[in-house]
Amino acid sequence: MNDAGQMIPGSAQRLLSNRVAVCAIVVVAAAVMLAILGPLVMPASYQGLTRNQFAPPTLQHPFGTDLNGRDVLYRVLQGARISLMVGISGALISFFIGTAYGMVAGYLGGKWDAFMMRAVEILYSIPRLIIILIAINAFDSRLKDWLLSGSFAWLTGYSRIVILVLSLGLIEWLTMARIVRGQVLALKSQQFVAAARSLGQSHVKIIVRHLLPNLVGVVIIYLTLTIPAVIMDESFLSFLGLGIQPPQASWGALLSDGAQAINPIRSYWWLLVFPAAVMSGTLLALNFLGDALRDALDPREKR
Amino acid sequence: MLLVLFCVVTLTFFLMRLAPGGPFDRERKVPKATEDQLLARFNLKGTPWELYRTYLGIRKNNSGKYSGLLQGDLQLSTKYRNRTVNELLAQTLPVTATLGALAFLVATTAGVSLGCWAAVKHHTSIDTGAMMGALFAISIPTFVTGPLLVLIFCLKLGWLPVGGWGSWQSLILPALTLAGPYVAYIARLMRTSMLEVLGQDFIRTARAKGLPELRIIYKHAVKIAILPVVSFLGPLAANLLTGSMVVELIFNIPGAGGFFVNSIQNRDGFLLCGVVIVYCTLLVALNLVVDVAYSWLDRRIKLYE
Repeated sequence: MNDAGQMIPGSAQRLLSNRVAVCAIVVVAAAVMLAILGPLVMPASYQGLTRNQFAPPTLQHPFGTDLNGRDVLYRVLQGARISLMVGISGALISFFIGTAYGMVAGYLGGKWDAFMMRAVEILYSIPRLIIILIAINAFDSRLKDWLLSGSFAWLTGYSRIVILVLSLGLIEWLTMARIVRGQVLALKSQQFVAAARSLGQSHVKIIVRHLLPNLVGVVIIYLTLTIPAVIMDESFLSFLGLGIQPPQASWGALLSDGAQAINPIRSYWWLLVFPAAVMSGTLLALNFLGDALRDALDPREKR
Repeated sequence: MLLVLFCVVTLTFFLMRLAPGGPFDRERKVPKATEDQLLARFNLKGTPWELYRTYLGIRKNNSGKYSGLLQGDLQLSTKYRNRTVNELLAQTLPVTATLGALAFLVATTAGVSLGCWAAVKHHTSIDTGAMMGALFAISIPTFVTGPLLVLIFCLKLGWLPVGGWGSWQSLILPALTLAGPYVAYIARLMRTSMLEVLGQDFIRTARAKGLPELRIIYKHAVKIAILPVVSFLGPLAANLLTGSMVVELIFNIPGAGGFFVNSIQNRDGFLLCGVVIVYCTLLVALNLVVDVAYSWLDRRIKLYE
């Protein structure tokens, strides 16, 4: 019955009975809470520059301090805000594009489907991140001017983040499109769709009312898996110095600083290890969660 | 596929023209006459459309010759004066290609064998352990594993050189760092498809015939289970090329990836286009090979069935 990715009754229980999945949920929730609350609760003395350069981890500065005497824990939490925000909004954009594209391809079928999926395949095998890098570089200052002149002036300080989110959303939708298209192909041949069509419902209505609700499960799985992918891409760009600009910092920007602090003369390991641990932990939890969701929702496993 | 190449080149070219600032902007304003001369020398004088056609090699350049992409001329670099992009790429590309090929090899062989092993030992601690490890490897970015490996193997243990290029020892860490996440990714792909294949009837038949287990896996199962991996090889190459930029930066490797970031920051449009063209050509060629390999493997399977 459920051979096309519908929400299976009892999938929540299946998910919660998976110990790893519960751990993952807890970790993700903790990361989000800390990112939101942490910078608010921490005393103001942690936020500014101090003379206490490169202090190793102590009770006062559990993650140590950096080149400018800033508390690394505070910076990691600030970075978590930016990284998580970029990850989630980027994933949402890719979700809209991917779902729309996949549904149209799957629903139209035939020649259109073949053409659209061929395009996805080609996009898969060109270095998208590289092209997007060039595009960010080309449009960044234009966007800033445009934001300044328009009614979005308050966003100006965030123009780099806005363009990052948009562009990362633009490149991470391929997997979503593929999966959704596969599901739609399977759903479309089922009887309830044929019934809806013979009752004279319009294509739009069939897509929105009959196909979309059946895609929820799959879409949630891949949304969960896209967030870490977007965070990873963002950190890659920030590492190259072409992502988030100082004084703002994402995890990638912190890691970039940290990686430079590893050298034969003196290694300030805490600058790399702590941000890396926090970022990898969160990504790991998200990936585990996505996998567990797939196990819980994917009907193929139920055979 | 050539069309894709063409689109990518065009896109890069115009995006670079759109970016603010010119290649000769310095703190001090350059006199108009000097700037004109510089622009003329680097074939940068004219409207974007004219420049584009000159770059492609279908319009005469300032010295009255056709010399562009079609003629195999990638122009002069505006940053490294007096050196052509062809020259710069010829020096650095072999390095990037060696690193990439090695990582490609490591990722596919290690990934496939790990995935097979995990699938064969399904429901044992080996399987769960391998898949946990794979998820770890996917979740840690290469620019973390790289410096950490350096910290451990070079600085603490002193087994391997910290960076640079030349000896085979200096190849080990960069290749491993670059390949790491993709070993994991391929292992996961391979395991899933292997599990599917191992559950099929013809494997049961083979077992019933009394074939030794190893023979069943190598001769029958792997041949089919490897197909998803083969179709991932194209994207894999693209990801490795992108990833090599970071790895080259971490290990101070004199490859073409460094040019990429530099040329964006220096507004060195020709060098950037050159790198993009070469990367995309490589990928397009590789994808063709993969396509052929896939259909060849696929046909043999149909024959067997």
